[in-house]
Amino acid sequence: MRKMLIPMMLILLTGGTAFCETVSPMSGMAPVVATPSPKIDTGDTSWVLISSALVMLMTPGLAFFYGGLVRRKNVLGVLMQCLIILAVMSLQWVIFGYSLAFGPGKGFWGGLQWFMLHGVGLEPYPGYSSTIPHQAFMIFQAMFAVITPALIIGAFAERMKFSAFLIFTLLWATFVYDPLAHWVWGIDGWLRNLGALDFAGGTVVHINAGIAALVTALVIGKRTCYDKYPTPPHNLPFSVLGAALLWFGWFGFNAGSALSANGLAANAFVVTNTAAAAAALSWALLDWRFNGNPTMLGTISGAVAGLVAITPAAGFVGVGGAIIIGLLVGLFCFISVGFLKHKLGYDDSLDAFGVHGIGGIWGAMATGLFATKSVNAAGADGLFFGNPRQLWIQFIAVATTIVYAFIVTWIIYKVVDKVIGVRVVEKDEAIGLDLTQHNERAYTMLE
Amino acid sequence: MKLIIAIIQPHRLEQVKEELYKAEVNLITVNEVLGHGRQKGVTEVYRGFKETGNLLRKVRLEIAVNDNFVEPTIKAIIKGAQTGEMGDGKIFVVPMEECIRIRTAEKGSLAIG
Repeated sequence: MRKMLIPMMLILLTGGTAFCETVSPMSGMAPVVATPSPKIDTGDTSWVLISSALVMLMTPGLAFFYGGLVRRKNVLGVLMQCLIILAVMSLQWVIFGYSLAFGPGKGFWGGLQWFMLHGVGLEPYPGYSSTIPHQAFMIFQAMFAVITPALIIGAFAERMKFSAFLIFTLLWATFVYDPLAHWVWGIDGWLRNLGALDFAGGTVVHINAGIAALVTALVIGKRTCYDKYPTPPHNLPFSVLGAALLWFGWFGFNAGSALSANGLAANAFVVTNTAAAAAALSWALLDWRFNGNPTMLGTISGAVAGLVAITPAAGFVGVGGAIIIGLLVGLFCFISVGFLKHKLGYDDSLDAFGVHGIGGIWGAMATGLFATKSVNAAGADGLFFGNPRQLWIQFIAVATTIVYAFIVTWIIYKVVDKVIGVRVVEKDEAIGLDLTQHNERAYTMLE
Repeated sequence: MKLIIAIIQPHRLEQVKEELYKAEVNLITVNEVLGHGRQKGVTEVYRGFKETGNLLRKVRLEIAVNDNFVEPTIKAIIKGAQTGEMGDGKIFVVPMEECIRIRTAEKGSLAIG
């Protein structure tokens, strides 16, 4: 029955039309939009390469952000999970991931024509960008494929078996991330053709990882201590450092997604910074008003939420839109983390769903509200600029992502659980993942 | 009056605290300590280099109690800390000469509770 679910759902989602060609991944190259003579631009190329390095830094940044939030017996466990993803996904991407996600083909996946980067050369590939080497685009995208599964770690932190984590990550990247990236960004991806606006990955990265986080938190269950006593962050300064690195790297994530060193990149840079600032401030003020004090943890959570929310919108909205997106995402995530989670009773340890899921959904919908062609002529107008249809298209993209990510993540996680078990035994959980999974500890007491 | 000193596994601290509250023993001091029992403990590996027999991390509790609370306290600690494996720790009970509450200068049993 489960095997039937994926194709059945796809047919439902697409009305049975978009996937007619699913079974012919090897059919020739998709028709490419005619672009005037592809020629490498040195400015564009250096910006995309620098951006790739910036986005790479986000994964260690995330590691410290999450690492500071767990108890100290689990900090290496979290750092290790993030860093090993950097290794595993980098390989998955060059071997077959890039081909599945971005290879030409109108189907469920892009196919395997670009296996081992065969045909992904040093000349531009105009279907994605006509001014940078194809491999520059590929490595930029590789960093997105690295950080997305790393975001999910926040949900099952402090209790997942390392072996199961590795298998889950590889399966998830292949069966959830790669197809979604193909639909949204790939040549002739059906969501892209529908006109859904997602500048830097609000759906593919944040909603996708956020929903996966919710699913994994539900399936793996609460930490044993969850209902008994609180688990305060063991090193908030680490988390602040991590959040700062995320903010820094996000300039590459969003402004780099312009794939050019141009005005659009500058716009993305400005609105990214603006939304992060607005959200950090709004969460701090909400903390102050409702919890008595403006907290460091609240402020950095707000900053990350703001960065998440502006991601899909960065190339389509101006500063005004960015401020509203930032202020409101602070509010929405504050509610989801502070109240909703406790009401619903799931243990999303580090609020991967609360911040990335909720923030991502708001960001994608807000893009349909605040987008304007005055920022990006190649984009579209949103509801507030006279085009209510865009909001509907955004909704389709969001709903598709939620449904697909929820069902397929659930299946993968359940299968991994059945085969080797996703959760460490209770005693290992009590001793901590550092010693039980890696036989190391982060901090010594003497010397 | 006795001073009860218990050395326990760090990961059992929460259970021990829970049991102590149940036994209405609410005043404890907790320390993190390093120590050596008979067990070799968890072996750590650094870049392939194995270390055994190093000092192990433990938690030490200090609880001052009136005589009628000695047994309940010991039972609570055992209940919370016992796993049945090597390294569960020890409890020491030592006589206590005096106890003074600084805030009021009260002495003896009065000052303990």
